[in-house]
Amino acid sequence: MEKKEYQKLVKKTTPKPDKMNNSIKVFLCGGLMGAFGEIIRLLLINYFNLKSTDAVSIVLFILIVSACFLTAFCDFDKYVIKLKAGLIVPITGFAHSIQSSALDYKKDGMITGLGSNFFKLAGSVILYGIVSAFIFCVIKVVFYG
Amino acid sequence: MTILYSFLFCGFVCLIGQMILDNSKLTPGHVTSILVVVGAFLGMIGFYDKIIDIVGMGASIPITSFGNTLFASSYKGFQSMGFLGIFKNMLCDVSLGICSAIIFSFIFSIPNKPKD
Repeated sequence: MEKKEYQKLVKKTTPKPDKMNNSIKVFLCGGLMGAFGEIIRLLLINYFNLKSTDAVSIVLFILIVSACFLTAFCDFDKYVIKLKAGLIVPITGFAHSIQSSALDYKKDGMITGLGSNFFKLAGSVILYGIVSAFIFCVIKVVFYG
Repeated sequence: MTILYSFLFCGFVCLIGQMILDNSKLTPGHVTSILVVVGAFLGMIGFYDKIIDIVGMGASIPITSFGNTLFASSYKGFQSMGFLGIFKNMLCDVSLGICSAIIFSFIFSIPNKPKD
């Protein structure tokens, strides 16, 4: 069999990922998380008389702590593999990446394992966030004053 | 009404991330980095503040708000203190997210047995 024919055969037989189904799931998951956060924020504002910014901080805190807790003691990884971007793009993904790298590298010791690999996955977010914010800030200052 | 808007917006951002993941060879690390940069850019245009006014919490949950908050606090620092203010004020508002993630993941990783 020639190479091209073989590649065609491989393409035919490999199962295509169900993109449509996946994206509906992701949309629902992300959307539900947003709606849940908004409901809690409205409750905090209306019943506890908090400022809007304080309520936002409390909701983010709840989401981050629950993501860390679920990753450490329950099987959060299973859902992350299933729902991918639905859980990675919200702030839960940031907490999940820190927690999972802490758990994975704990076997190498407290300093050389856990300490030095803590930001293995979340480091890129912090690095590019700060660098891009700095660059955009300079651009805005130079062009708009 | 803001509940519906935040449902739609948060789902939409996640959908963009999933589309990038599905149709290219980029990893989740790439996707989150790209979204952070996009958030900082939208913050520079002044578009993200308008979204937050309309959508509410749904705009603060996706990782794009991380970039927006970084930009907004550094710009505020520039206005109050000049060039050094950018460096001094950059992490003020995101400190909640980073520090709570660090502290709680450290605490929760202590009782766990190391995986093989």
